[in-house]
Amino acid sequence: MSGNAPAPVLEVSALTKHYGGVRALDGVSFAIAPGELLALIGPNGAGKSSCFNIINGQLRPDAGEVRLHGRAITGLAPRRIARLGVGRTFQVATVFGSMTALENVQMALIAAQGRVFRLWAPARRMAREAALALLEQTGTAALAERPAAALAYGDVKRLELAMALAGDPSLLLMDEPTAGMSAEERQAMIALVRRLTRSRGLAVLFTEHAMDVVFGHADRVVVLARGRLIANGSVEAVQGDPAVREAYLGGVSASISETP
Amino acid sequence: MSATTPLLQIEGLNAWYGEAQILFGLTLHIAPGEAVALVGRNGAGKSTTMKAIIGLVRRQARRLTLGGADLLALPTHAIARLGVGYVPEDRHIFADLTVLENLDLGRRQRPADMTLPDWTTDAVFDLFPQLADMRGRLGGQMSGGEQQMLAVARALVGNPSLLLLDEPSEGVAPIVVEQMTRALARLKAGGLSLLISEQSSDLCAAICDRAYRIEQGELRAHGPRTGQASETSLKAALAPGNAPTR
Amino acid sequence: MSFEALLFQAVNGFASASGLFLVAAGLSIIFGVTRIVNMAHGSFYMLGLYLAVTLAPLLGEAFGGALGFWGGILGAALVTAALGALVEVVLLRRIYAAPELYQLLATFALLLIINDAALAFWGPEDILGPRAPGLSGSVEFLGRRLPDYDIFLALIGPVVLVALHMLLTRTRFGRLIRAATQDREMVAALGINEAVLFTAVFALGTGIAGFGGALQMAREPANLALDLSVLGDAFVVVVVGGMGSIRGAYLAALLVAEVKALCTALGLVELGGFTFNMSRLTLVAEFLVMAVVLVIRPHGLFGRPQPAQARRGEAEAPLVPLGRTGRLIALAVLVCFAAIPLFSAVASYAPVLALDMVIAALFAASLHLLMGPGGLASFGHAAYFGLGAYGTAYAATVLGLPTPLAFGVGMATAAAGAVLFGWFCVRLEGVYFAMLTLAFAQIVWSIAHQWEEVTGGSNGLFGVWPDPPFDSASGLYLAALGVTVLGLVLIRRLVFAPFGLALRAGRDSRLRAEALGIAVDRVRWLAFAIAGTLCGAAGGLFAFAKGSISPEAISVGRSIDGLVMVLLGGVHSLMGPLLGAGGLTLLQDMVMRESPYWRGLLGLIILLIVLIFPSGLAAGLRRKRGSAA
Repeated sequence: MSGNAPAPVLEVSALTKHYGGVRALDGVSFAIAPGELLALIGPNGAGKSSCFNIINGQLRPDAGEVRLHGRAITGLAPRRIARLGVGRTFQVATVFGSMTALENVQMALIAAQGRVFRLWAPARRMAREAALALLEQTGTAALAERPAAALAYGDVKRLELAMALAGDPSLLLMDEPTAGMSAEERQAMIALVRRLTRSRGLAVLFTEHAMDVVFGHADRVVVLARGRLIANGSVEAVQGDPAVREAYLGGVSASISETP
Repeated sequence: MSATTPLLQIEGLNAWYGEAQILFGLTLHIAPGEAVALVGRNGAGKSTTMKAIIGLVRRQARRLTLGGADLLALPTHAIARLGVGYVPEDRHIFADLTVLENLDLGRRQRPADMTLPDWTTDAVFDLFPQLADMRGRLGGQMSGGEQQMLAVARALVGNPSLLLLDEPSEGVAPIVVEQMTRALARLKAGGLSLLISEQSSDLCAAICDRAYRIEQGELRAHGPRTGQASETSLKAALAPGNAPTR
Repeated sequence: MSFEALLFQAVNGFASASGLFLVAAGLSIIFGVTRIVNMAHGSFYMLGLYLAVTLAPLLGEAFGGALGFWGGILGAALVTAALGALVEVVLLRRIYAAPELYQLLATFALLLIINDAALAFWGPEDILGPRAPGLSGSVEFLGRRLPDYDIFLALIGPVVLVALHMLLTRTRFGRLIRAATQDREMVAALGINEAVLFTAVFALGTGIAGFGGALQMAREPANLALDLSVLGDAFVVVVVGGMGSIRGAYLAALLVAEVKALCTALGLVELGGFTFNMSRLTLVAEFLVMAVVLVIRPHGLFGRPQPAQARRGEAEAPLVPLGRTGRLIALAVLVCFAAIPLFSAVASYAPVLALDMVIAALFAASLHLLMGPGGLASFGHAAYFGLGAYGTAYAATVLGLPTPLAFGVGMATAAAGAVLFGWFCVRLEGVYFAMLTLAFAQIVWSIAHQWEEVTGGSNGLFGVWPDPPFDSASGLYLAALGVTVLGLVLIRRLVFAPFGLALRAGRDSRLRAEALGIAVDRVRWLAFAIAGTLCGAAGGLFAFAKGSISPEAISVGRSIDGLVMVLLGGVHSLMGPLLGAGGLTLLQDMVMRESPYWRGLLGLIILLIVLIFPSGLAAGLRRKRGSAA
């Protein structure tokens, strides 16, 4: 990044986490700029989920710091961090099954507006237009009145994205955004995220096992292996990095260049 | 049993998690002494196939037999007793039990008519010497690689004729993967049948005779030998209609 | 208060701890392996005692006193274990895959059935057992006489603790129990027959409980109230000690028993001019112990966080507000109910029965707010009913407040209780929530029983009659109808408001809700407080309707009535609890006067529901309808 880069949305510095004798994270530091799509990759058990869960507040690090727009958020409760403008999606997409798709997004908007403790006025008239707009943006508007429990998995993933966007976040954390999707759905999903990142100036940190998604769309890639950060750079740099190839990629980068 | 009679035969296997159907009409077979790879992405149905064989998920099939015995009507423990050893994803070591106690729970006498080697506790300690040095250690205090060895050892002491290994190299250091590969090769050489699922298949490439690829619960490709290296190249090798080349 | 007296009571505490431990240990082992909280566990304790007092004299005649006594205890334990095995094979095996709530209800139904069976078999009178041969004397201890048998009991607890520890660590059966507690599927995949293991574990757990009950033979008479009182204590012990931990259970039993013993030892205490009878506050002390432990260690002393794997029925359909027809029907029903006093000339009983139904409807609807949208099945909703009823009764009689004000005091009492208890309860989910709510209800019940100065003890409070214009059957009925309708409207508004949406969101996916910035615990806390307050209103109406309130009316049975009403009608709809309340009240009214075994019959009904629709009533009916179409 050049010298007059915008101030980072998120900075993590020297994150360390132990489980018993095992070092899940060992001094991991990186940052994300607005509008950046940053992939966090590495073999299973490399510390990706620990890193993710520390950033979103589910886990407290043994050492190190997480800063959002310069403000320390280390150890805050997940819901506090959410209210500070961090949206998130889960590896196994979770939405509220007993509500319609529209109600799901309305719920997300109501929560973001801090109107959860309204006890009398019906929720169905609240934030309706904004919710429909978000469904529109994620391509799920046609499903607005369908119960979420009855949606196909790919639609659930997109609905979850719409909910994560409801708080107008500056940072989006996506845990394997394309897991469980078919190849076409996968490309469409990441392209959608890509568009949203650009149009909203949103910073996205995502983990992913599908290398076509990572190498085809990420602006930058951070690689973890056994709790340490072993690479942090552009797709090309990471693909060419011998340490990364040894720890994680193996023959992937060679063959991926043939695939569009 | 002649070499052409499969040990495990699956035809038209459907399986469900709760209300959601995961497997759609899977058909595969494993011959005695054969090592077969099951490859596919996360969530493609590899683990569910394993669980369907051992009876941990609701399933239905035209045929699901082991050595001619129907597995469909049997509860899980009876399937295990018929000779199916199961090494689950994430290993599922009993964390509060020691290595020896974990092995003790898996231990079953070798059937009298079995020609495979007898896997006693000492025999598995010979296969994985590290385990012998930590027999009193609690499962929860072992590293991922050590747990993986224990999971394989625990299945072996039950003297199975078929071993199901669900992602045995997942989250395990490369050096352990090498060791595991050698151990599995030894098991195969001893005549044990193996079904191994993998996302990235260095391990499979080294020992498997054949590979099946599943995608979204359906069999997409099947070949005499897996390609080596990554999921991506494997996908290319096993793309529908393409016979695997390497 | 001398140091000697304290020490003396401390030794006594050890004796009580043993009994508590035996029940809690069995409960804990069974839960660990089968994931079922056995609500009937106290019943096996009670059965153990009844069997012992029956067997000991019989065996005594045949083989002499000593052999009779000890043989009676052993025989009782064995018979209880055998009954436990039978129950596991006949009942539990069918419900391992059922939603958690149904498992709790099924075992509770068992409690009701066993209680009525004991009533039929042994009669309502307490039965005293023989004294322990060789241990009927006492030893001089610090200037007082300490019964030999208490010393023996104090030793039994640690002995059983060590024996269980050996069983769990040194035997294959024990290894199997520990392994199955951690990972049932893996145990099966290793070729171990789960079904047999489960039966054995259930027999072991119930056998220990029966043994614990039988041991009380020389200390207390067998009586029919034991099952519930022991169950409440066991829940407190298990929650404090940590589910699944045997040594936690012993430590917690000791802690609870010692604190109780300490209160007894302190007796009357003067503090700032007020005199407190500490021995009456043993239950409050129990509550305080639990509160402190839960604040510091939410999963108990030795417990670990349990994976949240609540098995619930299928996802609900989205809630839809009433359409025009729906509103017209609701209005028509309301008009019918409002017109009932007009018929009192022809059917004088109608307003009385209708009043019961209206009160039940408010009670059930308030529970439904927690159970349906909240997904939190409270097994102790009677507590807030009781607080409302006692608060109202006390204000109306002792304080002499006018009717509406007294009613307000009752609601405020219930609200205060719900805010206090709710703060603890909403930190837990699933069976832990159920256990804690039940334990709190037991505590409220016991306070009503013990705090005679305020509550009138077991007789309760009398002469709770409303002032005019509420003093006629019709007047009170119409007022109750008004209150209930207001309550129902409030609940309906809540459920469709953002708050209700957030409550449902927390139930559907706590993780997702938190990630959206919803404070799920706070939402649940407020829901708990509102449900408790409305339930208190139902209690206040009840006190005026009956003119009195006694501990009997606020026992666990009432909590269960509420659960059955909600389930009968269906958890999934807001109309369900109203239908259930009406139906159950009518049924109760018809059957209760005919048979003393009303509770057992209710138990059988619950069991039938659970066995015929193991995945939930609403889902079952939907499937039936689906297959018929």
